[in-house]
Amino acid sequence: MRALLLVAAVLALGACGEKEQVVVYKQGKYQGKPDNRSWDNAPLAAEFRGGQWKQGDRDSWEDSIKQRQLSQNEYKRIYR
Amino acid sequence: MARMKFLCDAERCIECNGCVTACKNENEVPWGVNRRRVVTLNDGVVGAEKSISVACMHCSDAPCMAVCPVDCFYRTDDGVVLHDKDLCIGCGYCFYACPFGAPQFPQAGAFGLRGKMDKCTFCAGGPEPDRSEAEFQKYGRNRLSEGKLPACAEMCSTKALLGGDGDVIADIYRERVLRRGRGADLWGWSSAYGVKPGAQPPVRQPAPAGAKS
Repeated sequence: MRALLLVAAVLALGACGEKEQVVVYKQGKYQGKPDNRSWDNAPLAAEFRGGQWKQGDRDSWEDSIKQRQLSQNEYKRIYR
Repeated sequence: MARMKFLCDAERCIECNGCVTACKNENEVPWGVNRRRVVTLNDGVVGAEKSISVACMHCSDAPCMAVCPVDCFYRTDDGVVLHDKDLCIGCGYCFYACPFGAPQFPQAGAFGLRGKMDKCTFCAGGPEPDRSEAEFQKYGRNRLSEGKLPACAEMCSTKALLGGDGDVIADIYRERVLRRGRGADLWGWSSAYGVKPGAQPPVRQPAPAGAKS
């Protein structure tokens, strides 16, 4: 009887050790070449109508590109 | 910290394909590869036709990055998803994983040749020296390094396609929705004619003599 109970317990608890069947996609680690960052470049000359920022300064580049983004809002650009 | 995204306003897009043309011209994308395309729903159905411009959405949790067997994808500090063409093997897994059909494969050769993957770079080039000839040949123009936005968004005639930091363009879109109202005002009836639609009874032409009404 005791042996029967042990076998039943092992069978009942067997499902607890079941492994996850769903595939989990993991993000890989980039294996390619490193890339430059936009703000590490010098701004273009004024006639090319690019942004103006201090080379290497991320904050000033973000400010510059934000002004460019806001120009897409014609309610501000035209009807101010 | 900027998180670069695109947002297309279906109420404004007029299916002019200016964004597609701007992209192809700016990046000199070869025949058969469309980094951006305009999708139209209910084509020809009056009042129900809507168009949106679709390209790589630069997902925050990009499935293409997850499935790539050679791990050639990376995300820049400003949230743009790019890839290294020197590493890409053109297997096409990213194409199957992408919900937007963004990855494109040149098929210039015989026997269904599938070249290295090409996709929208948010006009941010790729892993080559910025503004170099090598970068332009492989990935196209790097406008972000010039302090500019993607050519498609800057070229959009109705400003349906917005590009930039997700927070900024979401604010622009929110303000637009609040100001333009709904119904016929969506496409500018009041600003064009100065009256609200329905404020005046419609003027009907007199029926010709003998015609049945």
